[in-house]
Amino acid sequence: MKRSLILAAAIASLAVPFTAAAHKAWLRPSQTVLAGTDPWITVDAAVSNDLFYFNHVPLRLDNLAITAPDGSRIEPQNMATGQYRNTFDVQLTQPGTYRIAVVNSGLSGSWEEDGKPKRWRGTPASFATEVPKDAKNLKISQSVGRVETFVTNGSPNETALKTTGEGMELVPLTHPNDLFAGEAARFRLLVDGEPAEGVEFEIVRGETRYRNAQDEIKVVTDAKGEFAVTWPEAGMYWLEATREDDKTSLPQAGQRRLSYVATLEVLPQ
Amino acid sequence: MRAKLFIAVSGLLTLPAYAAELEINVEIPKLNVAEYHRPYVAIWLEGADQKVAGNLAVWYQMKDTAEGHGTKWLPDLRQWWRKSGRTLQVPVDGVTGPTRPVGTHVLSFTDAQPQLKDLAPGEYTLVVEAAREVGGRELVKVPFYWPAKTPQSGQAQGSSELGAVGLAVKP
Repeated sequence: MKRSLILAAAIASLAVPFTAAAHKAWLRPSQTVLAGTDPWITVDAAVSNDLFYFNHVPLRLDNLAITAPDGSRIEPQNMATGQYRNTFDVQLTQPGTYRIAVVNSGLSGSWEEDGKPKRWRGTPASFATEVPKDAKNLKISQSVGRVETFVTNGSPNETALKTTGEGMELVPLTHPNDLFAGEAARFRLLVDGEPAEGVEFEIVRGETRYRNAQDEIKVVTDAKGEFAVTWPEAGMYWLEATREDDKTSLPQAGQRRLSYVATLEVLPQ
Repeated sequence: MRAKLFIAVSGLLTLPAYAAELEINVEIPKLNVAEYHRPYVAIWLEGADQKVAGNLAVWYQMKDTAEGHGTKWLPDLRQWWRKSGRTLQVPVDGVTGPTRPVGTHVLSFTDAQPQLKDLAPGEYTLVVEAAREVGGRELVKVPFYWPAKTPQSGQAQGSSELGAVGLAVKP
């Protein structure tokens, strides 16, 4: 009795994706609109409940991908790991818009072995070798998450904003570094390259410590997968959307959890 | 006698064409602060569509310092940067220049000069934006009509980073 309860609890807790459930993952750049001969930015990467305060765990940067304005990949510099945040610098040698993203994709699950629950995390490739073919009560779920932000040196462009067609992505109909308080911005959400209707976005402005309510903005994507938001004031905003479906890439995985997070800076008029 | 007459007649034929003129005064106020830096200032004309019809002046630190090249802080002129600055290659002859000291600065343009030559008739706004290091940022607008049939003038008053901003349009 007790054991099956523990087992049930253990299996239920495995519905946790790579980033801790209910915490907010984010990348925060030191600046998003830059000029000059050789501008640099620093980015904080953390997982926490409060925006944008590092008070929980760093966001792992194993799958960090920085796309330059010409579409090429560039490397971060001066990476450092701290107690509550990871940081890295990006040198903006090209004019245009950079896309800085952490894309995590993987499987997690459990099965029963000798009456005990066995947990596992991996990829479709390691699944074949690590999970026994006759595993009892096998429950596998897939998670695909993107955490990103955008930075522009000089005049904005859109090469780095091209979507990949995998997971949840945003097509910025309004350029992400052209956001101003009081103005409306429009975005289109894609899931695996197709516009996704009915997905709810939660949008929260930073500086939560200095006010009494989250003041979150909730907006749902329409039939074209689009939504618009009018920024009430200037600040750094965090946007998140999640969705569950069963379009997994591994047949044994029954469920897929998709998530998208963006950090957008809104400037005053 | 004949020569005199000739000159008089030719004087009538070439009408005294005073060029239409736009004269702008921008006051950089004296501020009582411990650490004073000359402000970055952008002065431009906007059409009725709020798009930039022409850049008249951009004053910024034109030399390198330990902190970086002066262009690094041009985005602090937020509205100018998004409407024009970020697609502009500075320096621009006749437009960009070094930062200016406290005082009233006069800019004057005739309709023969490139800044005004191709300006279509219509409602315009003179916009002046200033941003100061470890200081504030202010934007001042003065509307006018170009070209003027009768002399016009307009005035606006900044309250922090700009003083009096005036313009006079002479037909």
